[in-house]
Amino acid sequence: MNGGALIVGAGQAGIQVAASMRDYGYDGPITLVGAEAQPPYQRPPLSKEFLAGTADLASLHLRTPGFYAERGIDVVTADRIVRLQLSPAGPPGAGTALTERGRRLVFDRLALTVGARPRRLPLPGADLDGVCYLRVLDDATRLRAHLARARDVVVIGGGFIGLEAAAVARSHGRNVTVVEAGERLISRSVAPVISEFYRQAHARRGVDIRLGATVAAIVGEQGRVTGVRLTDALLPADLVVVGVGVVPRTELAEQLGLECDGGIVVDEFARTSEPAVVAAGDCTVLPNPLTGQGRLRLESMPNAVGQARVAAATLVGKPRPYTDVPWFWSDQYDLKLQIAGVTDGYDQIVVRGDPGTEKFAVRYYRQGRLLAVNAVNSAPDYLAVRKTLASPVPAAG
Amino acid sequence: MPKVIFVALGGARRTIDAAVGDSVMATAVRNGVPGIVGECGGNLSCATCHVYVHEDFLPLVGSPADLEDDMLDLAVSDRRPTSRLACQITVTEALEGLTVECPEAQP
Repeated sequence: MNGGALIVGAGQAGIQVAASMRDYGYDGPITLVGAEAQPPYQRPPLSKEFLAGTADLASLHLRTPGFYAERGIDVVTADRIVRLQLSPAGPPGAGTALTERGRRLVFDRLALTVGARPRRLPLPGADLDGVCYLRVLDDATRLRAHLARARDVVVIGGGFIGLEAAAVARSHGRNVTVVEAGERLISRSVAPVISEFYRQAHARRGVDIRLGATVAAIVGEQGRVTGVRLTDALLPADLVVVGVGVVPRTELAEQLGLECDGGIVVDEFARTSEPAVVAAGDCTVLPNPLTGQGRLRLESMPNAVGQARVAAATLVGKPRPYTDVPWFWSDQYDLKLQIAGVTDGYDQIVVRGDPGTEKFAVRYYRQGRLLAVNAVNSAPDYLAVRKTLASPVPAAG
Repeated sequence: MPKVIFVALGGARRTIDAAVGDSVMATAVRNGVPGIVGECGGNLSCATCHVYVHEDFLPLVGSPADLEDDMLDLAVSDRRPTSRLACQITVTEALEGLTVECPEAQP
């Protein structure tokens, strides 16, 4: 590779930067480098259909090999960029990269779509066989194999990943306990009424939910996990799933001296603190796309795609701001949760419908202005709010 | 492999060898067919894979389920009796030659 665009990270955001650059007319070389061995694939099904066994690997692929060939996108798998340098003398954004396998790449445009890694548990026993994380395909494949033979499953972390894994395990007839340190489930993302709904929904289906529970250690015999020790109980387990959040990969950005603050800091044009370098997806912190204010992380596939399109537009010199309505979904059992908007700073909620029927929606407001919706099996409510948020609304007085 | 034919707004046709079991949306997106976005990856959250199914295939493809019906009602700009979300149509051998038309705009 000599010149052209280098995209570091071949997840959903990386693929989208490449595809959109071509859509926007860029005709230089594009090289995409991903650490995983598999061709680029979708991650959301890993904790849902793929884990449940209803989707296979082939169905996860983001594009066909023919697509990359036709568009002149060079996808390098099973290698990773270990050194990045911008040339002080060259045009902004130009530089060189070195991969783990010793490949040297010269680029004149750079996108960082490096994603995030699962937060590890700094606990005794966390490296026992049967303790699984869930982020990439290899994790999901391993977890699926363990799940097939497991009897007692303990999920550490009551966020979306943990609850989706719990739902799959329970649907396979396993004994499932979810251990959450906080006082409610999914506390970072939703109002207490939704947390409580999910607690009850899992409990109704036979999952034991432990809130305010502190894990002291994971215990095992002969290298294999046998249980999870809480400060006040011992839970038997032959499979432990850890879902306690992710940490954005900022190492390469830091090498370049880019500003990082719990993620690579970008503006509404996906520009980093070195404006010629863009970043998109789970590795970034960005202004709220609906207000242009603040700094948040939007760990979701739709954000990876939307922000990547903006990053591509910036790289080809046709910048436009990122104003997509953030949205998200979670499938657990027969419950489809759809979220539109950002709930940060809400001061009022309105519940529409009855959570007892497992079909209801919660709208979030700030000073009378609609911010977001959480809809459970209520696509019309979700769509209505998404539409409202997408049209510019004058601020309430 | 059954063939699926995508007809663009201007009438241009693109024929894809589809894998049985894949959705029509995934078939389009993986092969870079313009006009079908499939933003949500096929989980009924975006309606950006709206297509018009050629009438000959309507009986084979069937009608939308409740949630899809809601999405079509609320999210697409020009719903017709032949409207479907491509993510909800699974490619089978019986659908050999399935022809779908892309709408003017996706939401």
